[in-house]
Amino acid sequence: MPEFRLLSTSGLLGYGFPEESLKTGMAREPHMIGVDGGSTDPGPHYLGSGKCLNSKMSMKRDIALMLDAALSAKIPMVISSCGGAGGEPHLKAVVDIVREVAHERGYRFKLATIHAEQSKAWVKQKLGQGEIAPLKAVPPLDGATIDNAERIVGMMGPEPYIEALDNGAQVVLAGRSSDPAPWVACATRAQLPTAPSWFAGKVLECGATAPLPKGHDCLLATVQEDGVIVEAMNPIRKCTPMSVANHSLHENASPCYHIEPGGLLDTSNCKFDAVSDRAVKISGMEWEAKPYTVKLEGAELAGYRAITICGTRDPGLLSQWESYLASVKDNIVTKARAFGVEPDQYKLVYRVYGRDGVMGDWEPMRESRSHELGILVEVVGKTQEIANAVLSIARVNTLHVDFPGRLCKEGNMAFPFSPSDIEAGPCYRFSVFHVVRNVDPLSMFPIEYEMV
Amino acid sequence: MPRISEIAQVCKSKNAGPFEVTIDVVFSDKAMFEAVKATNVLNAGLIARLYHVTPEDVLFTVYDAGNAFKATLPRRIPAGDIGDTDVYGAQQHAPLLDVEIPIDVKGLAGRARRPA
Repeated sequence: MPEFRLLSTSGLLGYGFPEESLKTGMAREPHMIGVDGGSTDPGPHYLGSGKCLNSKMSMKRDIALMLDAALSAKIPMVISSCGGAGGEPHLKAVVDIVREVAHERGYRFKLATIHAEQSKAWVKQKLGQGEIAPLKAVPPLDGATIDNAERIVGMMGPEPYIEALDNGAQVVLAGRSSDPAPWVACATRAQLPTAPSWFAGKVLECGATAPLPKGHDCLLATVQEDGVIVEAMNPIRKCTPMSVANHSLHENASPCYHIEPGGLLDTSNCKFDAVSDRAVKISGMEWEAKPYTVKLEGAELAGYRAITICGTRDPGLLSQWESYLASVKDNIVTKARAFGVEPDQYKLVYRVYGRDGVMGDWEPMRESRSHELGILVEVVGKTQEIANAVLSIARVNTLHVDFPGRLCKEGNMAFPFSPSDIEAGPCYRFSVFHVVRNVDPLSMFPIEYEMV
Repeated sequence: MPRISEIAQVCKSKNAGPFEVTIDVVFSDKAMFEAVKATNVLNAGLIARLYHVTPEDVLFTVYDAGNAFKATLPRRIPAGDIGDTDVYGAQQHAPLLDVEIPIDVKGLAGRARRPA
């Protein structure tokens, strides 16, 4: 029976993996080795700022081991959503690391770099043509939102990877991608069917998340005509039918229906069968081809942040927390206005740990039973100067505002640090989270080739 | 009546993209899962009440293959936007822990919390 073996080193480039697991995986003679490099999970900062989620040191460690393995086995090495957010600066950071490792070790290979950033003019053109729709819980897109975005990336499917591999690239580094895309590309190029290839990609992109115990470790998926076999490469981890079935819950809106570029992966009729005490075969997945869509992600500047952290242990204050906080906020508005900063120039946020600091308005326990409260005071201003100035006033008033029956007349709060005010710099929000229709799966994602 | 915290193997939340949060309740045992499912206590209406959204906002899945119930709903504030308290959405499951399930656990004794 034809089969295709795919080795994923971990859930994210730079999270690390045991070298022994990689050796075990390579002994199984995989046809490609790869790792997902990105996620929106750590929030909008990375797409907005252009910074990488993981450090250069940790990414270089993973890349060096993977390059050694791939080049000695003469198989492709593929990294998707490079640098976390998969925009130009993130992709460049990873390309630079690969070049550096290749130079240090004297390696020579054909490198393909696939770009995912989209021009604002093109996005506006598609918007004007009525080809852009919001994803769930997102407002419709407009021109101003496109203009305000720091960066917009498209999420590529398998097609650009297939193109790069067909052109002889041994190492493929790509910008923002649907997480399963590189694995799907390699398996379908080898004539394996679409549905099990997508299923394999969904599992592989998370590294060893499907086995028990889960961890940052290597996973092997074997794509066959009628399904996929998944197996952890570290002997301490085992895939069980239940652990693999439950992996479909992870970070998905539905465990059964997965919308991807060009179709829908339907896992509602999947069967999960143990093929050993540590490997599971999944069969019965279906792929329904749909008109091709590409997801767009963009982030815009939300303002500049300053924070301070403090705590109170005063029972009198705890007993009247809400009226005290309202009084503090009134004072901040008045005093900021006195130095020329109006309330529409900043946002003031109190997170009160011990009350509702974790869940906010979703917290069902409205009465705190804690003997102390931890308070995170945040100001996001239109400029850093405004944020710093309002935070300074917020800190002073949180410390000194009087309240009825106050015994702690020297100060309401314990501040652990000097300086207590922390300048946190620019902060961002996801502003574009839409799909674009009637697009070419290749032309949105230009590929560059070079001999490294 | 047992609470979810006493009979579930897993009760967790996580982002499903930056605009939605997804909450999973998983049972280690098929009989326990079927018993909980038969009560019909876990449904979109319950999630809507606990999280102050409308039932139409909740995508609720009874996932037989995984002995699991899954609810996906819009986040209170998008991940990382001003005022967000939980960028990863990993600590929004707690209201479910105290939900009482009208089943007789004696008949299912020893089945709770057993690893899969």
